Amino acid sequence: MKIIIVGCGKVGTALTAQLSKEDNNVTVIDTDYNVIRNVSNMYDVMGIAGNGASYSVLQEADIEHADLMIAVTKSDEMNLLCCVIAKQAADCHTIARVRNPIYREERDFIRRKLGLSMIINPEHAAAMEIARLLRFPSAIEIDSFSRGRVEMLRFKVPQNSRIAGYALKDLSRAIQSDILVCAAERNDEVYIPDGNFVIRQGDSLSIIAAPSNAVDFFRRIGVRMNQVHSTMIVGGGDITYYLAKSLESTGVDVKIIEKNRSRAETLSELLPRATVIYGDGSDRELLREECIQDMDSFVACTDMDEENIILSLYAKNMVSTKVVTKINHLEFNDVIHTLNLDSLIYPKHITAEYILQYVRAMKNSIGSNVETLYKLMDDRVEALEFQIHQNCRLVGIRLQDMKTRPNLLVAAISRQGKVIIPGGQDSFEVGDSVIVVTTVTGLQDIHEILSE
Amino acid sequence: MNDKMIRFIISWVLKLEAILMMLPVLIALIYREKEGFVYLIWAAVCAGIGCLLCRKKPANMEIYSRDGFVAVSLSWIVLGVFGAVPFVITREIPFYVDALFEIVSGFTTTGASILPEVEALSHASLFWRSFSHWVGGMGVLVFILALLPMKGGSVMNLMKAESPGPTVSKFVPRVRGTAKLLYQIYIALTLITMAALILSGISVFESVTLAFGAAGTGGFAVLNSGCVGYSPVQQWILTIAMIAFGVNFNFYYLLLCKKIKSAFGSQEVRAYFLIILMSIGVITWNVHTMYPTFGEALRQAAFQVGSIITTTGFATADFNLWPELSKTILVMLMFIGACAGSTGGGIKVSRILILLKTVHKELTAIVHPRSVKRIRFDDHVVEHEVLRAINVFIIVYLVIFAGSMLVISFDEFSFETNFTAVAATLNNIGPGLDKVGPMSNYSEYSTISKLILIFDMLAGRLELFPMLILFYPSTWKRRG
Repeated sequence: MKIIIVGCGKVGTALTAQLSKEDNNVTVIDTDYNVIRNVSNMYDVMGIAGNGASYSVLQEADIEHADLMIAVTKSDEMNLLCCVIAKQAADCHTIARVRNPIYREERDFIRRKLGLSMIINPEHAAAMEIARLLRFPSAIEIDSFSRGRVEMLRFKVPQNSRIAGYALKDLSRAIQSDILVCAAERNDEVYIPDGNFVIRQGDSLSIIAAPSNAVDFFRRIGVRMNQVHSTMIVGGGDITYYLAKSLESTGVDVKIIEKNRSRAETLSELLPRATVIYGDGSDRELLREECIQDMDSFVACTDMDEENIILSLYAKNMVSTKVVTKINHLEFNDVIHTLNLDSLIYPKHITAEYILQYVRAMKNSIGSNVETLYKLMDDRVEALEFQIHQNCRLVGIRLQDMKTRPNLLVAAISRQGKVIIPGGQDSFEVGDSVIVVTTVTGLQDIHEILSE
Repeated sequence: MNDKMIRFIISWVLKLEAILMMLPVLIALIYREKEGFVYLIWAAVCAGIGCLLCRKKPANMEIYSRDGFVAVSLSWIVLGVFGAVPFVITREIPFYVDALFEIVSGFTTTGASILPEVEALSHASLFWRSFSHWVGGMGVLVFILALLPMKGGSVMNLMKAESPGPTVSKFVPRVRGTAKLLYQIYIALTLITMAALILSGISVFESVTLAFGAAGTGGFAVLNSGCVGYSPVQQWILTIAMIAFGVNFNFYYLLLCKKIKSAFGSQEVRAYFLIILMSIGVITWNVHTMYPTFGEALRQAAFQVGSIITTTGFATADFNLWPELSKTILVMLMFIGACAGSTGGGIKVSRILILLKTVHKELTAIVHPRSVKRIRFDDHVVEHEVLRAINVFIIVYLVIFAGSMLVISFDEFSFETNFTAVAATLNNIGPGLDKVGPMSNYSEYSTISKLILIFDMLAGRLELFPMLILFYPSTWKRRG
């Protein structure tokens, strides 16, 4: 697929890296010559220095033959202009990053009238992700498939858990819950476990299940399932605004600590039901005064990664259920992972991930039939959703008769709104959507699950 | 340094060389020559060493900048070192350094020969010699890039090290796509040349080898007399073919995309044709008394100018005997060379143009000391890094030139001989003047001089830096 990316900041670079790795023809446009030089040295892409909203620059990038144009420059208006001009120059799909909350309410109007395919707001996306984690505090990560009918949840096996010591083949009998463990991380090694895998405490497991079954499963294994009722957010940026708004609507008490007076006032105007505190969130006395120890959850959302990390390390021993840390810089995530910080949120990563999902779905209509793709556990595991089409050769073959690749698991089949956790007797039917979990990266087609 | 990846690339170069050697085997089969066995066995040896060198893909496929340069220069050295062996085994060129000179001259598209009697070679060896021009013209690694799916952006570092010109432009976003397009254009043009030569009445074998020589802008002929014996029509075909392969391939890509205006708008291509026309004009006027008709003078001038500026090195006349003015123009054309992004060598027209513009900028700065002026080329501002690279290129070029001349002057040939010998090898042309003129050869030089000239040919083809990096100690230090 031919893709043009305008703006080469962190998100632009992350997109460039991933899209060029996935065999797309990527052209990158940025006004800064040095940025362009670095990117085109690092990745197999074409770089053009220039203004992405200029018709002649877009022509140089061969916009006539482009399938998709993604505008992720600093400025919202610039991104929209790029997309409008691209749309007029060639009938391609366009994605714009628009982050100003003022445009938030009007996004559908803008999208429709300007003919955009997608508008992404990184702060809103990150806030939604945090809200999801607070509603489901036992999980470290949640991804959904088949329009939310199947969920994949990652959690850490707690100390003295009932399931520690069980081999997976005995698990379902012991727990009597319809779930499947599809990936496990132990001591930095990632496994696609088979029936003989024995669970230990401290393992990070990914399970796949229908949402209701997941709740059931967590209750049975003794992981506390209570949704949070109160949360403290340090830092009052746009993410905080979207998050507080979403939490308010579900009846969670929100306390926001913001150190800029006028911003604190604005927030209290926008969020009448939230408690807005004017003060420095890194002040220990202030946190105690505001009863951090009685809170269910804590979200560190300041602009400084370091401050967020320190605050979360402190809060981890104070709050009862959930700590979420926002991290802006993607570079050292392996170091941060070793800190054992509960849940981490990378807004830039989420933005890139949302756009990638769109691109993959687009590609799906052109050739490969990957419906959804998630990268898990630091990109070492992929969970893919395939659609079973009419001419699929695998239809009707029982799973136990299929010779699938090693380190690959058919994790779930979603059939007519029902989720099946497949056993050896099950088989694919036309119209199914099949979820595959694997450490083999880059699968394009359901037939590729067979070993060569 | 990612030496596993370098080994992987070199192993592929060896495997590719083994495959390429099957063509001379085929030729030997057609002409029923026993030399075919030598090529067959040696191809097997190359393939075997290639397979031994690297059995599986390295885990880290990243090619960093210096890996790219080292991989390219080592690949070319390996290509020459292994490609020379068949000549020695067949006893056609018994001395190994001579054989190495001959095949490096082939792969670098120089066309300088140490053979007094070309026709004494077997068809297989003649073919291998000319075929090496064709392979070296567009580049071995570009070929491998077109064939092998190598993921990751770092492959650009390979292409950058091998492609001629101050900057490398991709036609399409992916390196592999660009490499494929380059080879498609290259193959198409070569086939057209072959067909034209065959139709004009040259035997098939000669047409194929001549087309290889012209396409790679190499210049190995298959007759002792060079190209003197061909008819006027045939010489014109060769002239046009040579000049066509000296044009930036971007020009053809733009033509294919039907962007005719921007294709002909290229300053480099225009300057290239302007230089050719002017040189032909002056030389025709200068030599017209030596030839019976004006048409013949024009033909001789055009052929020699086309042959020298594209750095091919075919000859239809002994320009050693031409007046000094014509000889001087030809020597100057040697330095200018062909367009960037073509198969030709030399300093390249675009570098010369940008240099002239820097001179203009400096003059402006003297008259208007506070003037701000950025150099533009083809409607784009030339970045400072590019200018710096060009300036350093010229300096390094002069240093290598002077150094090489000093070493080979130990052989006590005339200044003209030594000067043009270095010029003809460093610019990948082939024939020089005096003792290394178009009707003579390089066999009289000593072994050390030949090794120096081999280095010059490689340095010229790879544009100096990949060869120099091998002598830079930090390259080989792990923590360097």
